[in-house]
Amino acid sequence: MEVLDIIKPENQVFCKTKLMTDNALSYCPGCGHGTAHNLAMEVVDELGIVEDTIGVAPVGCSVFAYEFMNIDMTQAAHGRAPAVATAIARTWPDKYVFTYQGDGDLAAIGTAETIHACNRGENIVIIFINNGIYGMTGGQMAPTTLPGMRTSTSPYGREIETMGSPLKITELVANLPGTFYVTRQSVHTHKHARKAKKAIKTAFENTRLKKGVSFVEIVSNCNSGWKMTPNDSNKWMEENMFPYFPLGDIKVNGQLK
Amino acid sequence: MPELKLMKGNEALAEAIIRAGADAYFGYPITPQSEIIEYLMTERPEKRTGMVVLQAESEVAAINMVYGAASTGKKVITSSSSPGISLKLEGISYLAGAELPAVIVNVVRGGPGLGTIQPSQADYFQAVKGGGHGDYKLYVLAPSSAQEMSDFVQDAFEIAFKYRNPVMILSDGLIGQMMEKVVLREQLPRLTDAEVIAQNDDWAVTGKTNRKRNIVTSLDLLAEKMEAHVRKLMKKYDRMEQEDLRYETFNCEDAEYLFVAYGSSARIAQKAVQLAREKGIKAGLLRPITLFPFPKQQLFELADQVKGVLSVELSAGQMVDDVRLSVEHKVPVEHFGRTGGVIHTPEEILEALEQKIINNGSIRHHKTRESSIL
Repeated sequence: MEVLDIIKPENQVFCKTKLMTDNALSYCPGCGHGTAHNLAMEVVDELGIVEDTIGVAPVGCSVFAYEFMNIDMTQAAHGRAPAVATAIARTWPDKYVFTYQGDGDLAAIGTAETIHACNRGENIVIIFINNGIYGMTGGQMAPTTLPGMRTSTSPYGREIETMGSPLKITELVANLPGTFYVTRQSVHTHKHARKAKKAIKTAFENTRLKKGVSFVEIVSNCNSGWKMTPNDSNKWMEENMFPYFPLGDIKVNGQLK
Repeated sequence: MPELKLMKGNEALAEAIIRAGADAYFGYPITPQSEIIEYLMTERPEKRTGMVVLQAESEVAAINMVYGAASTGKKVITSSSSPGISLKLEGISYLAGAELPAVIVNVVRGGPGLGTIQPSQADYFQAVKGGGHGDYKLYVLAPSSAQEMSDFVQDAFEIAFKYRNPVMILSDGLIGQMMEKVVLREQLPRLTDAEVIAQNDDWAVTGKTNRKRNIVTSLDLLAEKMEAHVRKLMKKYDRMEQEDLRYETFNCEDAEYLFVAYGSSARIAQKAVQLAREKGIKAGLLRPITLFPFPKQQLFELADQVKGVLSVELSAGQMVDDVRLSVEHKVPVEHFGRTGGVIHTPEEILEALEQKIINNGSIRHHKTRESSIL
């Protein structure tokens, strides 16, 4: 069978969701963002809710999420996506509103908006990509940078005494009454991606049931920022990120695990 | 029938927000404008019209909530006072960049810094010259009575949607706190969700249907495209100057001396005109109602008639720059104003006119553009 035969529609057994555009991803090869985008859009597609879905893009590598997610999206100022989403959810209570944010956006500059949107229990989904670094600006220290980890602004490694500890904001928001579902996932293997997709689906279903905030953290790699090959970065993530940011559900149906 | 009520300027504005058919208010308390959110919370607009009122965790969050609701084509407004407006400026720049309709109210207090809680007009530059980053302008309305605090809400929404641009109502602590009679406009119905979608379907993010998907953003990494975007904004601002300039004149027909004043200062300067005329000084008042667009041409023309112009503001001298630019050195232009929360009296204004303009021995005289260059 030739390649041209394989790509004939009648031979197609799997295809990209129509809710991803054909624009070439601006992410570095090996980065988890593309997978996370795809999973979120597959969920919106499968739930058949695209006409009622409004996405909020952050500032950071995924500022261009709207170039790739083929849905209506608004782009928020740095860190303010939960405030932007709050207003959309309040004025359109039957819509599915989600934010897609990185660690610098959600856990540093936008900490107040994150905490308060979660505390008020806004009926939104927050997808939080944590790769422990500022990717877009070129690899600076993030609130979730691991102790001792080298970045361009912690060139000798993150010193806890002067730079503080990595912020476990996901555990923090899980303790707020407004969050209904809080989970930490990853997308670096098929198995993990399937679980992450299930988590995102649960999150959107919670919005339909008006349950408040569903918060899905995805621990991801930044091979460019970490200065590793994609495979090495995934291995490094398993060995270093996962012990500090353990995968799994933290809060389900409003109950801490 | 229109209703007549005795109200504080802030309350008149708050009631007008509900009656204008606004969909949402997001704010954070700060003196001297906290009555706005207090009034809204007390009035239960969610029951009267279905309007959303939310006390945000900060001014920053509030303006970004405005951005969110505005992104979907909803009629949304926020209010604050000077330090709070400084916090909102990033969001205001984003609103302008993303071409979103929204109304921002600034009930100005004295500054800089934490300043005072008394009235001031020292945020003129911030409101009129951009304030936030980048090439943008706000359409700025300056109410000078509780009545205008009420009327300008609906006017501001109309302009905001006409141009898809943020509009600022630049009030001050005096107008906000003062009680006056107000004729309330009748309740406008809130648009239904279907109407919001139908009216804004070419740009607002309400969920992708069969139409081309909508994206709201102020980002463009290609310099040429960004420049084209800025040029488009500038055309919009030109159109505002052509179509939506507002001002009024008082005793200008035979005036030999002109006061230029807006907001609370215009009310006080109006009395100064009366005092001047009682003394035989033919004074008049030009009151810009919009600060952008500014009545440049009207000032330019009045400068052919009068011997001098005094810009009266509760600031150390901000609008006076625009007055000078408009007058183009045809006649002397000076500034007078108390600042830091102190309010000038009509007598002080008249005295300043006499000292700085009429008997201006020590003041430089720019008769013509040429002489000013020399």
